[in-house]
Amino acid sequence: MMKMSSKNSLESTVLQPILKVGKGYTILALFLLSVVLLGVFAFLTQLSQGLAATAMRDKIFWGIYIVNFVFFIGISHAGTLISAILRVTNAGWRTPITRMAEMITVVAIMVGATQILFDQGRPDRIFNLFLYGRYQSPLVWDLLSISTYLVGSCMYLYLPLIPDLALCRDRLAGQASRFKLAIYRVLAVGWTGAPEQKKLLERAISVMAIIIIPIAISVHTVVSWVFSMTLRPGWNSTLFGPYFVIGAIFSGIASIIIVMAIFRKIFHLEQFLEEKHFLKLGTLLAVTNLAYIYFTLAEYLTMGYKLAGEDKELLTMLFAGSQAPAFWAFLVLGLFVPLFMVVNKKTRNIPGLVVASALVNVGMWIKRFVIVVPTLQVPLLPFDVGIYRPTWVEWSLTAGSFAGFALLFMLFARIFPIMSIWEVREELETEKEKETEKVIEVPAQPQPKWTEVFPAKREEAR
Amino acid sequence: MVPKSIGRRQFLKLMGIGGATALLAPAVPAIMEKLDRNKAPGPSGSTGKSSAKKLRQWVMVIDLKKCDGCSTLGDIPQCTKACIEGHMIPTGPNGEWVQKWIEVLKEELPGGGNYFLPVPCQQCENAPCVNVCPVGASYTNEEGIVLIDHRRCIGCRLCMAACPYSRRFFNWGEPNQPAQAKFARYSPEFPVPYIKGTVVKCIFCAHNTHNGKLPVCVQGCPMNAIYFGDLEEDVATNKVEIVELSKFLAKNNAYRLKEELGTQPRVYYLPGHGEEFRGHNFERTKA
Repeated sequence: MMKMSSKNSLESTVLQPILKVGKGYTILALFLLSVVLLGVFAFLTQLSQGLAATAMRDKIFWGIYIVNFVFFIGISHAGTLISAILRVTNAGWRTPITRMAEMITVVAIMVGATQILFDQGRPDRIFNLFLYGRYQSPLVWDLLSISTYLVGSCMYLYLPLIPDLALCRDRLAGQASRFKLAIYRVLAVGWTGAPEQKKLLERAISVMAIIIIPIAISVHTVVSWVFSMTLRPGWNSTLFGPYFVIGAIFSGIASIIIVMAIFRKIFHLEQFLEEKHFLKLGTLLAVTNLAYIYFTLAEYLTMGYKLAGEDKELLTMLFAGSQAPAFWAFLVLGLFVPLFMVVNKKTRNIPGLVVASALVNVGMWIKRFVIVVPTLQVPLLPFDVGIYRPTWVEWSLTAGSFAGFALLFMLFARIFPIMSIWEVREELETEKEKETEKVIEVPAQPQPKWTEVFPAKREEAR
Repeated sequence: MVPKSIGRRQFLKLMGIGGATALLAPAVPAIMEKLDRNKAPGPSGSTGKSSAKKLRQWVMVIDLKKCDGCSTLGDIPQCTKACIEGHMIPTGPNGEWVQKWIEVLKEELPGGGNYFLPVPCQQCENAPCVNVCPVGASYTNEEGIVLIDHRRCIGCRLCMAACPYSRRFFNWGEPNQPAQAKFARYSPEFPVPYIKGTVVKCIFCAHNTHNGKLPVCVQGCPMNAIYFGDLEEDVATNKVEIVELSKFLAKNNAYRLKEELGTQPRVYYLPGHGEEFRGHNFERTKA
């Protein structure tokens, strides 16, 4: 009976938002849409005026579009970490989180790749990349890697969605709109839940889980190589590949925590997204935070100890010069404060973790700014470089991108279950089985031998 | 049961094929480029590396002893002026110079006073800008000059990031160019009229070399400080004297900017003002 009721409440809770959402949801969506439209207007302005509409000029020729690009591609690593790495390591607690994480990945790649379009002087010629692409160019590596990642992530989002789509097709018949039901029917590809189908699906998912990990690592590695293949101070670094990958996973985890907290609240998922899920992600956040601190130390100490000409100028600017506020804000507010909040007992709870994650994401955006802009402010020959202050066009496109990210997410949540119902159900069932096993076993043998208890305990620990 | 399971299997197979296609699809341009290159050696794919035999290797030699930044004339640097006028280079909205393809930088001398350093595109033999171009718009022509095909450039500015001399510029908006520029016939060797959203740079006056003319900056220099010549023919001139290039460079302790980067610039400098002989320390003196 217990099982039945939790199963029903799982289904009804997760499927509810597909059928009906509150007024606040619509208002928020309309607000986000208006911000996106502002971004569209800014882009049209930029198309007519050219990149002259931005604050970028000959010396500081990359700006916040590139910052946003690295930022969004960074948080796209959320999905890979949670659903692939945790799946491969068989961490059962991941099940209520995977769908959201994969969704972050897909949406973040799409928004991130768009930033590159914004940044082109000739967006109308973007197809030259396909016509004349040279594999020697880091930008083409990006194109290959990111497009592969997008396709792979879409597949990886879609595969575990199939049983849930079939569920929607069956349960929501007559309730959801015709349009949605048609989507479910087509995309569910005749899923009936037969053991044969299940076996195939599980196999396909585990293959994808393994394939997607190296692809994800390649993505942020080649993103970093756009910078580190140049002869510029602060970019010319062998550490950049792994440094960017860790930073990506770090900001990805922070993004999941924020997204989870939001959906938990507005879709009333408290029962399934418990504090323990947040705490486990909090641990991962702390681990990647420490790793990122380590990489940051390794990067700046090796530069700062030697203080070679141009490096010295860059570090002076970062530590004590014009970019010091940004650099220290990243270091203190983006790394040390969140670490303290995750470690400290008083703030190791859901609100604390959400605040820490928000700080991490703001800090990591600033960090990407600190990577891109100050390096360009270092004159390579003795001339004046000038300053970079983004224009309203750049800020509007940035705001529009963030709003678009949220809007795509909200749209997705209106059509597809935001939590993997079948996986959560399986996980709940295995948990229940373990509990009943324990209850039966213990009174039957008051003094069991350790050999009999241990396997059960080991199961439980998993 | 059986047909059904085949259906699934087929579906998954199709998914697999679809996935493989998606993985391979982006490689198509590279393959196409390869085929294309076999057909006709065009700009795309040239890496700027020196091949065995070259028609020409244009070089510039700038004698820093002679250059005074036109300060004794009390005028703006004449090489820059000649360059901007000769190429109809777009200016700012009020006619101010925004793109100095050859820029005369001022450096402080250790013992006080200044010396001047005219910097055009270094026309590197191992050009980092050519290496990173994603569409092969930047290329090295057979005479060793790095050029840009502005009809192909997508404006990603990766080349500007790659250039260690900051010698590339960008047409950020609609280029503000003289009216007669509209009548010019575009070619990468004389990229007029200029195109919005593309990268531009010094082209060593590639259009002049065919006509036996010197680059406009060489013509415009009142101090005859700039020599232009060909490494293959081993000759250079500053329009008043003709020198044997290799001996001239050796005799005068010629050096190149940031030689340690391995870019192999084709612009040589002759020191003589007391500035550091090699490996210029370009650390900026704080104002």
